Amino acid sequence: MKRLLQSKETKKTLITFGIVIITYIIVEILMLCGLLSNQLQGLLVPICYYVMLAISLNLTVGILGELSLGHAGFACVGVFTGTVFSICMQNVIAASWIRFALAIILGALFAGIVGILIGLPVLRLKGDYLAIVTLAFCEIIKNVINVIYLGKDSQGLHISTTDTTALGMEPEGVVIIKGAQGVTGMPQDANFTIGILLILITLFIVLNLVHSRDGRAIMAIRDNLIAAESVGINITKYKLMAFSISAALAGAAGAYYGHNFNNIKAATNNFGYNMSIMVLVFVVLGGIGNMRGSIIAAVLLTLLPEMLRGISEYRLLIYSIVLIGMMLFNWSPKAQAWKEKMKVRILGKLKKNQKEVQ
Amino acid sequence: MSLISYVINGISLGSVYAIIALGYSMVYGIAKMLNFAHGDVIMVGGFVVYTMASGLGINPILSILCSMAFCTVLGMTIERIAYRPLRNATSSLAVLITAIGVSYFLQNIALIIYGSSPKAFTSVVTIPSLKLADGALTISGETIVTIVACIIIMVVLMLFINKTKAGQAMLAVSEDKGAAALMGINVNGTIALTFAIGSALAAIAGVLLCSAYPSLSPYTGAMPGIKAFVAAVFGGIGSIPGALIGGILLGLIEILSKAYISSQLSDAIVFAVLIVVLLVKPTGILGKQIQEKV
Repeated sequence: MKRLLQSKETKKTLITFGIVIITYIIVEILMLCGLLSNQLQGLLVPICYYVMLAISLNLTVGILGELSLGHAGFACVGVFTGTVFSICMQNVIAASWIRFALAIILGALFAGIVGILIGLPVLRLKGDYLAIVTLAFCEIIKNVINVIYLGKDSQGLHISTTDTTALGMEPEGVVIIKGAQGVTGMPQDANFTIGILLILITLFIVLNLVHSRDGRAIMAIRDNLIAAESVGINITKYKLMAFSISAALAGAAGAYYGHNFNNIKAATNNFGYNMSIMVLVFVVLGGIGNMRGSIIAAVLLTLLPEMLRGISEYRLLIYSIVLIGMMLFNWSPKAQAWKEKMKVRILGKLKKNQKEVQ
Repeated sequence: MSLISYVINGISLGSVYAIIALGYSMVYGIAKMLNFAHGDVIMVGGFVVYTMASGLGINPILSILCSMAFCTVLGMTIERIAYRPLRNATSSLAVLITAIGVSYFLQNIALIIYGSSPKAFTSVVTIPSLKLADGALTISGETIVTIVACIIIMVVLMLFINKTKAGQAMLAVSEDKGAAALMGINVNGTIALTFAIGSALAAIAGVLLCSAYPSLSPYTGAMPGIKAFVAAVFGGIGSIPGALIGGILLGLIEILSKAYISSQLSDAIVFAVLIVVLLVKPTGILGKQIQEKV
């Protein structure tokens, strides 16, 4: 046990878990004291969702090293399978937590399967081509969901792509998915505690994968594909593994998020490529391959526009300027050289001071 | 007859995509970056003409020229401020995210100035529509102008790239930046020139797009921008004839699937065709196969 704790990686992992748990405790205390505004309380579930998406996308972008712009599509699959399951099972499974857990697992499973189906042909492409194809898949998923009508009556499920009347349901049947109007009527089971639990599970899965033999194989592919192949690593298998796990985790996040609303639709702003890009921004700003960074960036960047609500007209403008500024400051070689210089200067001064003290 | 008119509409829409795709393709070829803000430059071009022609009553031709000049300066400014510092960054993702930031920035500036409700764009085309086959087939003036503009732009651009020194410099820089610099080519200047041309083309595309589909909002450019990129990838990125073929194919597929299959699924069909093309030919229809050295 002692030796285990001495390992640097384990320490880092434990600190990441610790940060999440401590944040949870602080937020719970703040809520009990009534210090959290309604607006912020409403943001807790979305923040958990974004954190999960950021962690899972970081698996694709940071660990596998492939640029995916279709992450929102997988979340979308999760939302719709999860919520449809919950609505169908509302009267069958009484205990809401069992139903919700099953819905999340089902969402993850479906998104994972879609991930494998998409990944198999697409992962042969590289770089920006892969990005544009994943973006295309995300849009296809959104468009297809927007034409589906799904209803339920005593006969079972009815599906159609034209309209509600084409479902041919009995009069007491319920329409679950109404085309572009989305799903309606799911139980609102999502809350902050479950969100934190899911974040911890997501983190556990991703970090365990990264530190396993499989994870090292995946990172070897990222660092040098040809070298990895020549030492006998099965490229397709490991690429697909990382991609589908990432998709499944996004699906779980989606199923969780779907249960936060009474109605959710697959619109451009929530499941279009814009959303995928937003999650990618979390990942890149937090540090590619750095899970803790992803969490922090997702929380801060979700809160930032909300904090700026007072100047509502300008908030997204400021957001964009902050984004450009942060990217330039973090990534441009000149800024990096400057930071390095400042570091040396400050450290030098500190050392000098220490010597004088001695 | 309806099929012919759909095909003509498709070619017209495809011509707009081709003009946008050219800008995307040239920038990608030379700077190796996905310029996500390109679509929003289209929107800016549209708004400049809207303000000048509809708002101030200035001659449409003059306002188009002003819009091109404005977008050229805008494109070069964006390149100078947001993209150039990151050209040698360790991760190519950095400049992608900055481009997204620029895209948000342009959208929100437009949102603050013009509001979110779509504006009715008065078409700048004054050519009367063409009636063929005893009025069974009507080709609108916008369609004619769009197709003619696309052909002229393609020819001029091909001549520019193949016959002028600046054009050859562009080819050299897209091939190998380091070697081009050693040959005495001003790499930064050449990249700035590419952005300038791409942005001027975006302004023209914006005007043509808004004339054909007369509504203008801060988000007008986003989807055509993405589709134009798809068109560029489709035809083989970095290739001018490729952008033309890709754009026109995309326009045709979109209009025909809207007409005969489903208007809601047309985008899905466009993207599905892209995926199939890329799976069969990973570098696009006219793309070059690049051998990777170990």
